[in-house]
Amino acid sequence: MRDRGWIYSGLGLFLILVTYPFWQNLRAGVTSKGPDLRRPAEAKQCVMPVSYMRTSHMDLLASWRENAVRDGVRTFQSADGQTYNVSLSGTCITQCHASKEEFCDRCHNYASVSNYCWDCHVDPRQAHGSAR
Amino acid sequence: MELTSLIAVAIPYAAIAIFLIGFSYRIVRWSLSPVPFRIPTVCGQQKSLPWIKAGYLESPWTRMGVVARMALEILLFRSLFRNTRAELRQGPKLSYLESKFLWLGALAFHWSFLVILLRHLRFFLEPVPAFVGAIEAADGFFQVSLPVLYLTDVVILVALGYLLARRIWNAQARYISLPSDYLALALLIGLAGTGVIMRYFTRVDVIAAKQFALGLATFSPVAPENLGVMFYAHLFTLSALIAYLPFSKLVHMGGVFLSPTRNLANDNRARRHVNPWNYPVKVHTYQEWEDEFREKIAAAGLPLERQ
Repeated sequence: MRDRGWIYSGLGLFLILVTYPFWQNLRAGVTSKGPDLRRPAEAKQCVMPVSYMRTSHMDLLASWRENAVRDGVRTFQSADGQTYNVSLSGTCITQCHASKEEFCDRCHNYASVSNYCWDCHVDPRQAHGSAR
Repeated sequence: MELTSLIAVAIPYAAIAIFLIGFSYRIVRWSLSPVPFRIPTVCGQQKSLPWIKAGYLESPWTRMGVVARMALEILLFRSLFRNTRAELRQGPKLSYLESKFLWLGALAFHWSFLVILLRHLRFFLEPVPAFVGAIEAADGFFQVSLPVLYLTDVVILVALGYLLARRIWNAQARYISLPSDYLALALLIGLAGTGVIMRYFTRVDVIAAKQFALGLATFSPVAPENLGVMFYAHLFTLSALIAYLPFSKLVHMGGVFLSPTRNLANDNRARRHVNPWNYPVKVHTYQEWEDEFREKIAAAGLPLERQ
């Protein structure tokens, strides 16, 4: 009987928490516009179709890692017959995508997906300045 | 209306509206229920004389004690921890044995579900708050496979599988199981299952999924293209679950706070609780009666209580 104040406060708090994404996004003026990527300047064709790369690039990278580290296979032949040297820093970043920050990180930060590629590999842009 | 925008836009909004209104309705209805007396069910010594040790958590008599007892119940499911099973042993001997698996399964499921729910905030907030990233890092600590395997994804499926198997294989649980019990489990298994299949097997364009989620959260929804059937299955199962929630036993997420056998202090002896809607009864005490007939009682030679 005397607990209605507590119950309605609790219900109000719950409703605020549940609807938090709605009013937080409206307040911050967030839109559903996705991350802005820096696209490769010259290359028009990735090693695999874009739809595959969007959903499954980690499978490709993982298989490359497997092949290179376990079997020493350091080349990859794409569907259109071109052969690439398998190297994240040397090929992907240097030859096409130019920047980890403006390509990889934009989407990965947007979707809050952390990757451990760069625990071992170096970002060629940063390699000169820092000791690491 | 196209089928995609129906499943991706109309049904989720309808489900959210049903959930918010229905859940509030249930709680408000409960809040109107009269609770005139303290009716806690306890398993500890009531507070009485100072030299009798009272159970502060098991039979709380203060508000803080009640809060502590409720918190332990809600966060750790202590009443389930006390679950027992009865067994006939050596003929007619009835034995009660500990039975912790239901508690373990329930705890594993509920905590995994909470972590998964919080993890999903990464799709609904931009920028993603730091605590979401911290939860993801802890959940994917072992960095198994790519994309990283979340421990809670394994735990929730194992726990839900156990909770379903228990209803099917345990004769007593099967006997008292209703279709609604299976429906709730089926929705949860479907939700977790489609999510796991989408993440680990069929893959999904996560950026497009987040753009769609943000569209929903900013009231400018766009039905996504090329997200695949598994995404729609996941979304539809979620919509069904949250729309069903206010009508089902799953409102225990709010109801657990309102259980009068748990959230009341056991202070019936220490404090007098007067039923607040007691009808004001007109009483005529013996004193008044004696005063009214004083002379006649005295004349008849009968004893008077007050001379």
